[in-house]
Amino acid sequence: MFATAVIVFREVLEAALIVGIVAAATRTIPGRNRWLAAGIAAGLVGSALVALGTERIAGLASGMGQELFNATILGIAVVMLAWHNLWMSSHGAALAADARGVGKAIRDGRRECSVLLVVVGLAVLREGSETVLFLYGIAAAEGNASMSMLAGGIAGIVAGVAVGWLVYAGLLRIPLRWFFTATGVLVLFLAAGMASQAARFLVQADLLPSLASPLWDTSGLLPQSSVVGTLLHSLVGYDARPAGMQLVFYVAVLIVIAAGMVWVGKFGPGPRHTEAVS
Amino acid sequence: MIRIALPVLLAAFAAAPALAADDTFSLVIQDHRFDPAELVVPAGVKIKLVVENRDATPEEFESHDLNREKVIAGKSSATIWIGPLKPGRYPYIGEYNEKTAQGVIVAR
Repeated sequence: MFATAVIVFREVLEAALIVGIVAAATRTIPGRNRWLAAGIAAGLVGSALVALGTERIAGLASGMGQELFNATILGIAVVMLAWHNLWMSSHGAALAADARGVGKAIRDGRRECSVLLVVVGLAVLREGSETVLFLYGIAAAEGNASMSMLAGGIAGIVAGVAVGWLVYAGLLRIPLRWFFTATGVLVLFLAAGMASQAARFLVQADLLPSLASPLWDTSGLLPQSSVVGTLLHSLVGYDARPAGMQLVFYVAVLIVIAAGMVWVGKFGPGPRHTEAVS
Repeated sequence: MIRIALPVLLAAFAAAPALAADDTFSLVIQDHRFDPAELVVPAGVKIKLVVENRDATPEEFESHDLNREKVIAGKSSATIWIGPLKPGRYPYIGEYNEKTAQGVIVAR
């Protein structure tokens, strides 16, 4: 049962961290709870569908469908997170200054919320489908073991959601002055980490050269299967043995989004911009 | 990023058949075990690993050492590209049945 809980926890954790960070980053946007719930619900339905269609997806693109599917989902999430950060760079301060927002902010906020829905939905879908497959395998197995293993699965889900909630609650304790800078930086690294994972799938499918495999090996120093390694993998895309192409994607996304945020001109909209508003 | 990546992807698609040549190796999953449990492959070249899952339930081939993960549906086969590897031992697991599904790829 414990082994089951650990596996499910690992799968759920990544999605829960993303949901926690996105929920915090959008805390001032009106009506975001409904969008968040809709995103999670859509992701759960989607993960059941993806789990059902595993074989069909895998068969696409001459056997590389799964890699392309994962890379596409990650790519869309990266674009959405980038869009979110640029949007927050220009609107975040206004929303922070007046939490209820004005007409335009609400109208813009609605579009921002649909972006949020997509990111949350995709995160749940990707990690959820693997969890569904795993739990299906347990349920299909015969013997008395399956009940206790299902209990382990539920324990894993609860623990994963709890960590996501802790991250969310912890982020909310950051003073408003630094809040949007902090969540902006978190989202930036989240996006870069996803881009690196997308690159790994494309290398695995032999659609991109690895450039170096691995570029470095820090598995002795900080194994990716350790607690800290898992957390860093989910949060900033840590990889103990990355392909060179992963670093290329990582750095490129980091630079493009950061440059975009600076260009929008309100990176770190805390004190400076709040003064301008008031 | 997507606009830049697309032509690269298409080019890679076109090049793919040329790359798929000799270094194909097979693994079988049966009763939640890998066979052979130890697979010797040449070091320094890209390897095409074909994993056939004969069980009815899905399995996830996962290896931090190889930096790979792929779900293989029940009663189906999947291809995983690995390497080029430095000489050494690269353990992997079937994440859904970690207790029994363990193997190692040895690069020489």
